[in-house]
Formats: sequence, C-alpha cells, structure tokens
Amino acid sequence: MGNASQSIWGSMQSKGYSRRDFLQFCAVAATMAGLGREGVGEVVSAFDRKAKPPVVWMHFQECTCCSESFLRASHPIVADVLLDVLSLNYTETLQAASGFQAEKCLTDTIQNNKGKYIVLVEGAVPLHDDGVYCMIGGRTAESILHEVAKDAAAVIAWGSCASNGCVQAAKPNPTGATPIQKLVDVPVINVPGCPPIADVMMAVVTHLVVLGQIPSLDDQGRPKEFYSRRVHDTCYRRANYDAGLFVESFDDENARKGYCLYKVGCKGPVTYNACSVVKWNEGTSYPIQSGHGCIGCSEAGFWDKGPFYQHLPSFPGFGIESTADTVGAAVGLVTLAGVAAHAVMTNVRKKKIISEVHEDDQPEV
Amino acid sequence: MKSQMAATQSTAHAGHPAEYRRVYVWEFPVRAYHWINAVCMVGLCGTGYLIGAPIRVTTAPEAWQLYWFGSVRFVHFLCAFVYFFNFLVRIYWGFAGNQYASWKNFFPFTAAQRKEFVDVIKTDVLQVKLHGSLSLGHNSVASLVYLMTFVAFAVQSITGFALYSSMSASWFPHLFHWIVPLMGGEMNVRYVHHLVLWFFVAFIIVHVYLSFYHDYLEGRGTISSIVGGWKFEREKQ
Repeated sequence: MGNASQSIWGSMQSKGYSRRDFLQFCAVAATMAGLGREGVGEVVSAFDRKAKPPVVWMHFQECTCCSESFLRASHPIVADVLLDVLSLNYTETLQAASGFQAEKCLTDTIQNNKGKYIVLVEGAVPLHDDGVYCMIGGRTAESILHEVAKDAAAVIAWGSCASNGCVQAAKPNPTGATPIQKLVDVPVINVPGCPPIADVMMAVVTHLVVLGQIPSLDDQGRPKEFYSRRVHDTCYRRANYDAGLFVESFDDENARKGYCLYKVGCKGPVTYNACSVVKWNEGTSYPIQSGHGCIGCSEAGFWDKGPFYQHLPSFPGFGIESTADTVGAAVGLVTLAGVAAHAVMTNVRKKKIISEVHEDDQPEV
Repeated sequence: MKSQMAATQSTAHAGHPAEYRRVYVWEFPVRAYHWINAVCMVGLCGTGYLIGAPIRVTTAPEAWQLYWFGSVRFVHFLCAFVYFFNFLVRIYWGFAGNQYASWKNFFPFTAAQRKEFVDVIKTDVLQVKLHGSLSLGHNSVASLVYLMTFVAFAVQSITGFALYSSMSASWFPHLFHWIVPLMGGEMNVRYVHHLVLWFFVAFIIVHVYLSFYHDYLEGRGTISSIVGGWKFEREKQ
C-alpha cells in the first residue's frame, strides 16, 4: 500500500494530483489539526518533505464499528487520508493480503520503521486463560500488542473497547478484556466512543501526522480538543433542562416538543464527547437530536451503569428497577420506624425516672 | 448510682431541691457553625434530591420563559460553597475553641471513651439501663457518628466540586477534579455523591430525634444549649 519513504506530496504527484489539489488538501488538514490559516504554510512544508507515516491498524476484541465509523468521515475524505497521507501497511479488515503474506507486512513495517510507525488499536485485549479468547495467526492479542506497541511512535486506542473495555469488559468480564493503556508503556491516545465520531478519529490522526506530536490529552488520556466538554454543555436541548422542561416518557407531548431527555435517562450530563458539536454522518444529527437520550458510550464502564432509560444506575442486590433512591428511601423509613419505637421506650423509662427521683426534684413546700 | 443518691437524699436532705451548675459548653462559633450547617444541609439534601429527580414544569411551553431547574441547581451550588467554608471554620475552631469544641472529641478511642461508648449504647440506644453517664459535651457514640459525618462531608465536598468543575472556569473546583479519573468517570462520581445524600437524610432524622430525647429525659437544657450555649450539670452532693 504505497512506498513508506515517499513524501506525501511525492505520492500525490504520482497519482496525478495538481499542486492546487495538494494545497487545498493541506488547508483542510491544517484546519482539522486546529492550526487555522497561519498553520497552512507549516503543513505544506511538512507534507512536501515528510515521508508518509507507516500505520498498522490492529483489530482485537471488537465489532469493527470503529472502522465503519472511520469510513464515514467527511473531512478530509477517507481516500485522501488512507491512500495519500498514511501508509496503511496492515489492517485485518481492509488489506488484500492474507495469511503469511499479511503477517509479513506487519513484521516488515515494525522492523523497518522502529520509532516511526503509528499503531491504531481497535478492540480490547482479553487476558483471562492466557488470552485464548482472541488469537490471530496462532498468537494471543496480548503478545501481538506488546510486539507492535514496543517501538511505536504513538498508539491510538480507537473506541471504548480499546480505551476502557466497553461491553466485553462489562461485569463479570468473562474474558478479562483489558484496555490498551493498561498494557503498554508507550503513550496512548484514547478516543472513546462506541463508535467514536468519524471526524474526531480523522482529526486525531491528522493532528498526529501534520504536527508529528500527540495532541494535548486530559487526565483520562483523551484529546482535549474533543473530550473536554460534556455532551450536555453544548446540547441544543440544554435550555429545556435549565427551565425544567422534561420528557417523562417517549410517547408524551413533551417528547414531541423536543424537551430535555434527562428524566428518561440521558447521560449527556456525565458524558464527555463532541457529539452535540461535530455530530454524525456529515453533521446530520446525533442521538439526542433524534429523540433518544445519550447512553454515555464514551464513558468508562457505561454498560454497568444501566439501565439506559433512568438517569441513576440501579443499585446492586435490590432488583433491576431499584436505584440509590429506592435504597435511600428504605433507609429513611427504617430510621423513622426505629426512632418511633425508641420514643415509646423512652416514655416508659421516663415514667420510672420520675417516680424514682421525684422527691428530691420537688421544691420545698 | 443516682437511685441510691435519691434514696439517701430522701432521708438526709428531705425537702431540698436538686442543684444545678450552669456550664458554657457551646461557644458562639460552634453554634453559628451548627445553624449555618443545618440550613445548608437541608438545602443541599432538598435540592440535591430534586437534581436527581427533577419536578417537571407544566406552566410554560417554551424554555426561555423559565429558569426553574437552573435555580434549583444554583441554590445547591450556593449552599455547597457556604457549607464547605463553614466546615473549614469549624475545623479551625477544633484547635482554637474550648474543650467541648476540640478536635480530640471526635476520635473517641481512649479506654475511658470506649467504656462510655458501651454505657451510652446500653442506656440511650437499647434503654436496658435506667441511668447512664452524663457527659457535658458530646458523648462518645455521638462523637463517632460526627466523625462519620465529617468523612461524609469530605466525600460530598470532593465529589461535588469535582462534578461542578466541568461547568466552572474558576480554579477552586478544579482542585477536586482528580477524583474523576480515579473513580473511573463522572457516572461513578455522581452515583456516590447521590448515595451519600441518604446518609445525611438518616443522620438528620436521628440527630434531631436524639437532641429532643436527651432534653426530654435528662432535663439539662440540651435543646436550648445550641441556641444559648449553656448546659446544666447536677452539682455533686
């Protein structure tokens, strides 16, 4: 899939693109990397000289929804990034090669580009039972990851599986699914979401390629550009939340009016993502705009914080529907009952005390 | 002990009323702390519950006409700031105040305090004993419960300000943000913050009841002491 040592401009020229096309592409890339107008020159000079960074895209315990999402990116278009900017040397889903040939692509890339190649990981890595739950070419996902990540320039953990385990790490996590950042020593960029937003994925890759450095990350390893605000903060229904206008059920009048979905379980207030700004499918819509609450798919352990249709998670051991409020109200009632019983006993005791000491408490007659 | 005393008194000092000494137990900062805290705690529990389970407005069709839920949240945040700094003042007074306000009261683990603990459980909780020891400040069971409330205070402050930090540009709430990655995301933080609400609800019920109970049974001015600061101790005879 392309010569890794060729510059990006060189590779575009060989495909018949004009200098104008190239400059337009650089402008888009600069915008995606957050550089603005002033940064375009920087990008042009980088792409003029910079060799296409070799990329390996690993698929472990996942459903390929991250790849599916990535393919739907609109800016810059996927073909540009995959074929012109990156040198995608290995990816199980898209590569033409198979078997030993495919594995050779992987080992060649790693050995010839030490410290230069980028690893994109989709999926969690199972650790239970010596990692037998995810094997490729007779090797466990864990051993492949260690080999691939060891000399990588950067590792991007695509999606919630790679970032925090997602559904396969939900209780009781039978395969021991483990997020990437817990397994490797190199810096990991977490791009959580199930799947992550296509344009966010594209922007993170572009940032890495254009600037050659890891974007600024928050304390959970997520790029601040896209994960520093809650879905709630930029939600177009936020005004209804502040006013106290809530949907009570999905078929009521309030749902039709587009009120806030907080009471039917929207996790927007605890979810950090760019859905309400970037949106999905070329900016068409996002879950809340389509009338369904956010399920918090980019937050760690969101599967265990269900049900999706109530805001508070259910309380373990008290049935599916019970929340902290059910338990709390029970605790309150038990306390009240205890206090009432105690008050009865107190009056019995008070009678005894009065009869016993009343002599010395009486004033002199 | 007291019953024996009453028996001897009835023969030796028949006709004399019991004598009480007035002791200034709760200094002004302690009383001020108590009432500010009471108002904030009730406010926080009430608005906190509403934030978890909001009451839907039915009087307005459009969002721009109202700010009801925003106001509920504002009251919650306001109470939270007052409550937090009020608590800091109380910690200071634990070092500067009198023996009844001292921080040492809230770690009731000495041999004498452990003995008192058993005594208070027998007398005041199980009521199997007619008379128990009467301490002037907090008894050791109360002290231990207050220690638990202080831990709950700390949990609520840290988790609360951490949740608040994402909607604040100020540096102060961001001091608490470290708890979010530590607990694995805001969903967990919010959950714990909500669960501890119920600890305070149970605490308020028991605390108010027992304050009245002590006054009702001991007649030493427990209820008025948190207004005026004085409690009464029976003179040793």
